Amino acid sequence: MAQIFAYITHKDGVADDSALELAVAAKKIDSRASLTAVVTGSGNELDAVCSKMSEFYEEVWKVDNEALAYPNAEVVRKSLVNILPSKSIVLFAHNTFGMDIGPGLSVKLNSVFASDIVDFEGTDGSTLTAVRQEYGGAVSTHVACDVSSGMVINIRPGVFKADEATACSGRIIDKSGDAGDLSVKRRFLEIVEAEAGDVDITKEDVLVSIGRGIEDQDNIEIAEDLAKAMGAVVSCSRPIVDAKWLEKSRQVGTSGQTVKPKVYLACGISGSFQHMGGLKGNPFIVAINKNPKAPIFQLADVGIQADILDFLPELTEKIEEM
Amino acid sequence: MEILVCVKRVPDTSENEIELNSAGNDIEREDLVYSVNEWDNYAVEEAIQMVDKVGGNVTVVTVGDDEAEEVLRREMAMGANNGLLLSDQAFEESDGRGIATILKAAAEKGNYDLILTGAQADDNAAQVGGMLAAMLDLPYASLVNDIEVIDDKKLKIGREIEGGNQEMNEIELPCVLSIQTGINEPRYVGIRGIRKVASVDIPIQNASDLGVDSGLTGEVGTRVKRLDYFVPELGEGAEMLEGSAEEIIEKLIELLKAKGGLK
Repeated sequence: MAQIFAYITHKDGVADDSALELAVAAKKIDSRASLTAVVTGSGNELDAVCSKMSEFYEEVWKVDNEALAYPNAEVVRKSLVNILPSKSIVLFAHNTFGMDIGPGLSVKLNSVFASDIVDFEGTDGSTLTAVRQEYGGAVSTHVACDVSSGMVINIRPGVFKADEATACSGRIIDKSGDAGDLSVKRRFLEIVEAEAGDVDITKEDVLVSIGRGIEDQDNIEIAEDLAKAMGAVVSCSRPIVDAKWLEKSRQVGTSGQTVKPKVYLACGISGSFQHMGGLKGNPFIVAINKNPKAPIFQLADVGIQADILDFLPELTEKIEEM
Repeated sequence: MEILVCVKRVPDTSENEIELNSAGNDIEREDLVYSVNEWDNYAVEEAIQMVDKVGGNVTVVTVGDDEAEEVLRREMAMGANNGLLLSDQAFEESDGRGIATILKAAAEKGNYDLILTGAQADDNAAQVGGMLAAMLDLPYASLVNDIEVIDDKKLKIGREIEGGNQEMNEIELPCVLSIQTGINEPRYVGIRGIRKVASVDIPIQNASDLGVDSGLTGEVGTRVKRLDYFVPELGEGAEMLEGSAEEIIEKLIELLKAKGGLK
């Protein structure tokens, strides 16, 4: 495991936060590994990212091609299959790009895939022990991975702390000539930006956020009443938007909005990492959930085990009496 | 359009609290309510809506035992035309790669224009669709939240990406797509619907029918082995407010005031 590769997600010439997290994760797999960043893209923006990455990775493999200007996973995968040595260990962030490319790449490299890894617990011969979660984070599991034929590992964003990345001065190596034929059957068209909603939850200091525990569309009124009494706004987790009970613009999470409130009331929300990933700025989190084992209780500052359908109206009443 | 939708029977997390068993080597499976994986249900609904528009058939397939058949029947009650159960002792305990290998064999026995999977299932791995596409050498897109049929050669699809944005792509048929929740509103299935398909014959195929190498599936074929289940201590955890409802509310209001949560 002398060399570990990390695929760098970047946009507008700036590497994603996960770029340094992958370097930290790689060192956790093998503290003596030499780290290679793989950066695909096109033109000046690519050069800017490569130069930045050389401060943290011993080698930076640059792959410059017009066809890679937008990170279409099908195109990137083809280039990586041509460029990476056999039996490579390759890390991706488990974001919407990593999910798009990782599983298929592992098949094409004839290596093993491990998804959404949150920790590593050492290597014994050709067995790497990693930690991941199942059932939306309700339980964790150790997995033993056979790395003898190489591995594609998707790393959960935000769990390996980027500030532990060690600085170095790496070499940038141009691998563009090895990318090979990049014709694919999926063509990127455009990005459609999220529609703005009636309220901007990203600018609110206090959010009353609801999840599955609200049970029915008619019950949303309970949360709205509380928000009104508190001078707050109602936000939500993904299932509420999937059910079309609230607008997408109200959704907190990696696939929704990133919010920075001072106070966050998580009402009937289990606390999946995709949801918590949209919560920044270290808010004071109050979790109200009838399931004492909900992961949100591990992450909140204050917890209340209660059915929100009973608890929220009582809380609203008391606040209105003040 | 001939559409194959891959589905999985999973513990229903909205009906169960997922907990460790007393031995700590599995989740507590006593009294668990199972249902079709939520993502897969959206995929089946999408397939049915597509076939309603452009014609064709929807086949739902699963890898599992006799109990998995109920999930196929449920999806057929929604409107899927055919069910297919892939069942063999050699398939038990397969990892994602093993499941994709079995599904690949089944897909090759049919003549499908489009293969759908859910974006993820109970193990949160989000892997089978991408592996299946690569094994079949078909184009793939994950986290699909919009599908428009352009003609019998290609689709226009939207992928859900970060920040609530959508990445639009054109993709050639045949292809494999993994479906994100929220793409549609899956129809309700009543008891009457289930009864109507209760006696429909669902063919079963095993490893030799499919020509699957038994070394690649089941526990033998597993290269990512689950060792245990556990519940980690994440940080210190929340300070739980205890007492009567009035006492809890009083404490909470004090805290909210102190933290700027009340205006």
